[in-house]
Amino acid sequence: MKLVTAPSAVLSTPAEEVDPTDPAVVRLAEELIETMWASPGCVGLAAPQIGVSAQVFCVDVTGHPKAITTHGAFVLCNARIVEASRWRPGREGCMSVPDLTGDVKRAARIVVEGLRPGTGEPVTLETDAFEARALQHEIDHCAGKLFLDRVAGAHAIFPRKVYL
Amino acid sequence: MPELAITVIGPDRTGIVADVAEALAAVGANLTDSTMTRLRGHFTMTLICTGPPAADAERALVRLGAELLTTVREVEACPDRETGEPYLVSVHGADRLGIVAAVTRVVAAAGGNITDLTTRLTGPLYLLVAEVDLPPGREGELAEQLAVAAAELGVEVTLRHAESELL
Repeated sequence: MKLVTAPSAVLSTPAEEVDPTDPAVVRLAEELIETMWASPGCVGLAAPQIGVSAQVFCVDVTGHPKAITTHGAFVLCNARIVEASRWRPGREGCMSVPDLTGDVKRAARIVVEGLRPGTGEPVTLETDAFEARALQHEIDHCAGKLFLDRVAGAHAIFPRKVYL
Repeated sequence: MPELAITVIGPDRTGIVADVAEALAAVGANLTDSTMTRLRGHFTMTLICTGPPAADAERALVRLGAELLTTVREVEACPDRETGEPYLVSVHGADRLGIVAAVTRVVAAAGGNITDLTTRLTGPLYLLVAEVDLPPGREGELAEQLAVAAAELGVEVTLRHAESELL
């Protein structure tokens, strides 16, 4: 699976909401998880990053040194942040922007609502630290936003120096 | 393809970037990497451009008036070489002569390559923040040497890994 990299319209267009019970959405969820696990260092992937404009993403921060609360590997559809607090700066990179990193403020504590693919069951997820950052990054992808849209200042963009 | 290394410095005013960028675009100069900032009321621009011969860009900039000090030089394309790990050095304390010289000499001696650096003087407070590309395994040595230099200069110094998280 080839990852879409910026510049690309699919990365900067707000994605459509999906029907989580649609078999195509279930297949997309599986594909996202497989691609995430096949990409070294990848802790999350949103549908626009594999060229599909849909509000679906997966996250798996299991074992990451900066994670506190973790929910394992999961996929959410049509996710929304309903609470966000404890804003902290941090430098982040993105598989879709391979040559840059940037300082971005993210909430270290969030509550997210979304739907599980397959059952369509509503989920409310409360998390913090690195998992919270990853969720905000992926929800941004679904809204057509990259970390570049949120950098802290004109001097907060850096060449990416460490390749995985 | 040869590139143009361009510098522009002038008293800050509204529209200075627009004027310079427009003049360069008009002669077909494609602005690639650049940094532009205001330093104590002087607006400074350092740009790499591709496209026109140096003389064309030079003429276009000279037309903007004598207030802007400009230089244009043709240079060979020269990709960034970063082989180490990114670190941040912050130094702050009472202003005195030689802070930048002493700190950056220590960084260079540890094999650290400075990739970005900002200094600010506000009242009596001097601040230096540098991004350093440091070869693996040199952090301890650099931290030690920076502490020695900082003690001699009477300033505070911190060295930290500029970690980035891939998402």
